[in-house]
Amino acid sequence: MSAVQQISVFLENKSGRLAEVTRALADAGINLGALSIADTSDFGILRFICSDPGRAAQVLRGAGFSVGETEVLAVEVPHRPGGLAAVVEALKPLDVNIEYLYAFMRRTGESALVVLRPETAREREVAEALQAAGHRLVGPDEAYDL
Amino acid sequence: MPPRGAGRSRTQLPERRVTMIWDVHHECMSADEREALQVRRLQAMLGRVQGAVPLYRRRLADAGCDPGDIRRLADLAQLPFTVKDDLRDHYPYGMFAVPLDDVVRIHSSSGTTGKPTVVGYTRADVALWAETIARTLCGGGAMPSDILHNAYGYGLFTGGLGLHYGGELLGVAVIPVSGGNTKRQIMIMQDFGSTLLSCTPSYALYLAEVGEELGVDFSKLPLRVAYCGAEPWTEAMRVEIERRLVCKAHNIYGLSEVIGPGVSFECAEQHGAHVSDDHFIPEVINPETGEVLPDGQVGELVLTCVTKECLPLLRYRTRDICRLDHTPCACGRTTARMSMVTGRSDDMLIIRGVNVYPSQIEEVLLQFAVVEPHYLLQVDRRGQLDELTVQVELAPEFVADSVREVESLSRRIAGEIESVLGLSVTVQLMEPKSLARSEGKAKRVQDNRQLS
Repeated sequence: MSAVQQISVFLENKSGRLAEVTRALADAGINLGALSIADTSDFGILRFICSDPGRAAQVLRGAGFSVGETEVLAVEVPHRPGGLAAVVEALKPLDVNIEYLYAFMRRTGESALVVLRPETAREREVAEALQAAGHRLVGPDEAYDL
Repeated sequence: MPPRGAGRSRTQLPERRVTMIWDVHHECMSADEREALQVRRLQAMLGRVQGAVPLYRRRLADAGCDPGDIRRLADLAQLPFTVKDDLRDHYPYGMFAVPLDDVVRIHSSSGTTGKPTVVGYTRADVALWAETIARTLCGGGAMPSDILHNAYGYGLFTGGLGLHYGGELLGVAVIPVSGGNTKRQIMIMQDFGSTLLSCTPSYALYLAEVGEELGVDFSKLPLRVAYCGAEPWTEAMRVEIERRLVCKAHNIYGLSEVIGPGVSFECAEQHGAHVSDDHFIPEVINPETGEVLPDGQVGELVLTCVTKECLPLLRYRTRDICRLDHTPCACGRTTARMSMVTGRSDDMLIIRGVNVYPSQIEEVLLQFAVVEPHYLLQVDRRGQLDELTVQVELAPEFVADSVREVESLSRRIAGEIESVLGLSVTVQLMEPKSLARSEGKAKRVQDNRQLS
């Protein structure tokens, strides 16, 4: 299964930077699905899943941003208490580092998607553990149209 | 028995102590006597370097100069200059005028790129250095009964050991505290009864701040004089140091290429710093043209070392900007006086007493493919200590995915810079193209300190 591509953008903590990113994507007709921002006092990392990651990267690089494209896992999770806990518990025995994780509701409202990036070189192990615990990993096409 | 001076507040001490001039003969010569001495020493020095230092043999030959041509002090202007890059190009010992066997001390300081500047001393040079420091300490009224709290860094930096040997020669009790561990320094000042302090002006203010936080009443301490140098400072800073540490703050000046501290010092008049010009002949030049300027005009200080044996530099361009005054001083000394240094004619910075060249930092940045060599050095003074933040642009190829990766990169770059400069810095990664571009020479430094 081909991987879900997440776009990440390095942003200085300067006003207007996020607006520039969202405007550039909007003008290119790209639809944002899931999004998170990790911030420190000096900078932020914007991460998102969108309808066309290749084009988003191109558009943003063209606008002068420092852009990364990272493969992430997208796990379907039922929308009820304990949904996310089950995913996290499935990973506990692996003693693996999760770089980051964020979750979003899907269009239908019946399930959510958890986007996560395990530490490098352990992605396959994590994917297999999640599937063994009965969780469904979602492919790119499904992820890009949340 | 309590240390001498302990328990006496400053108001009990007389405003003007009888001060000793360390070397009355040399410090109070008539103008004619001094010029004759300087010319004799200059001729001898030229003869030595012409024979012993290949660079000078070439330069003097190219300039068509011979030691015998020097009859008057003004003839010095015919001789070629020496610049810091000459020392770099002959790193480490290529400009020494004596065999290494005769060298008993080596010090170094920052170079413009990569390698540091290396300086050496024979036994006679070490003794000469101590003499110049004894003069310096006496300029502030030091007596053999004093206790010197030496907070200049000991090690390759010339500050620590320079003040140390001079203090011992004068006969003060030297406490080799070196830098850092400020709370302990305050305890030592109180318990050991330091009467003299030697440190950078910014460290003097930092000591004052920490002492105040600890509830120390500096007016109750026996501290009388602080000898402040190794970085530029202002009259406003002097007033503040004197007010908070309740002592006199005397300006001292030096540079390791010439000797270290000991090149010049303030006397009780505090109207310019007396240059030990029987050893280091000062001139002020126009930095663009090299033309020698008359007294009172601001320009670049040039020094000629006429008595040093290991590294006798000829017309060394210091890059420090100041004025000279050859009129006699009310203190009785007739040596030339220089004003406080008001700036640099190059891009060197002094951060917490350490010389920093932007080019050193640029060299490190070029080693990291994920950053562009587009950078800006932000220099701030938070509280009393200087801080350097290196703002550098990420290359568009850099993939920033997690905060941890970005912070790890910042730390790695900062670590490399620290190992080159010997100074801790903060690295701030910036977006591509976020630093202003300029048509001509890039602005590399934003100095936010109010130094003048």
